[in-house]
Amino acid sequence: MTEFFLMDGHGAYVWSAYGITLAVLILNVRLARAKHRSALQRARELAAQAEAPRKQPTVRRLQ
Amino acid sequence: MKLPRWFHQLGSPPYVYRLADRLCPWLGWLGVSLLVVGAYWGLVIAPPDYQQGESYRIIYIHPQTAYIGMMSYVVMAIAAGIGYVWRLKLAHAVAVSAAPIGAWFTFCALFTGAVWGRPTWGTYWQWGDPRIMFEALLLFLFLGYLALRGAFDERDKADRVTAILAVVGVVNIPIVHYSVEWWNSIHQGPTILRAGGPAMTNDMLAPFLIMVAAFTLTFYWLLLRRLQGEIVEREGDARWIRELVGAGTP
Repeated sequence: MTEFFLMDGHGAYVWSAYGITLAVLILNVRLARAKHRSALQRARELAAQAEAPRKQPTVRRLQ
Repeated sequence: MKLPRWFHQLGSPPYVYRLADRLCPWLGWLGVSLLVVGAYWGLVIAPPDYQQGESYRIIYIHPQTAYIGMMSYVVMAIAAGIGYVWRLKLAHAVAVSAAPIGAWFTFCALFTGAVWGRPTWGTYWQWGDPRIMFEALLLFLFLGYLALRGAFDERDKADRVTAILAVVGVVNIPIVHYSVEWWNSIHQGPTILRAGGPAMTNDMLAPFLIMVAAFTLTFYWLLLRRLQGEIVEREGDARWIRELVGAGTP
């Protein structure tokens, strides 16, 4: 088992390559999800704004 | 010429959004499963290389990440070009979604190449080596594209200006690909797509190709998920988005 992780002295190179690639994959999944979620949240806020009854007068006074 | 209906539907944001919802579970699960199978096969089952020993196992992720980086660029450039010529907003959304994914995979290709170069060539990095330099240029094209976008407040303007950069930069793709044949490079030549067939035995070729498929599926999964976020962001308060987020229509 130890032999497998040492990779004949090349373990540090092989495992860092696989480790960084895995980390980048996970990061990309999270980034894509975060973007999707924040966009939906923004859309929800916009929808709530549009639904809220307007209290301000629609005609603004000139200043 | 009459184009089929599904072709026109690909220009419709709500249609593409729902299509992505249907495709993503398949792409995601298949991609991740193949990544696990390919990595196990490549790291554990495949025999060591007769020259490079164990360090060669990076071949199951390095060419794949490099290829995904290049494919991201081609997808970005084609989408940006379509968006520019036909003023199709959805195409620009695809281009924007591909850029960060491409940048990350190109970074992976450079990193895995460096840690493969150390035990194989005796160096992490070789200034002036054509393959390494043009691959680094690819990363800077992605970063330049994203930085240029950030310089505009107006999205339409950003779309149009960055589309030009994306399309012009595509000349770098064949250069990256053929750099090991056109110039003397410390980088090894093609292993799979070469005259006389792949220079690999089948017990190495199988995990190699599984990883190619795995990264490709994963890339399209990430692209579609990013595209969904981009569509929602761009469509803003369109009626179908309001229905999507569960708000009733006034």
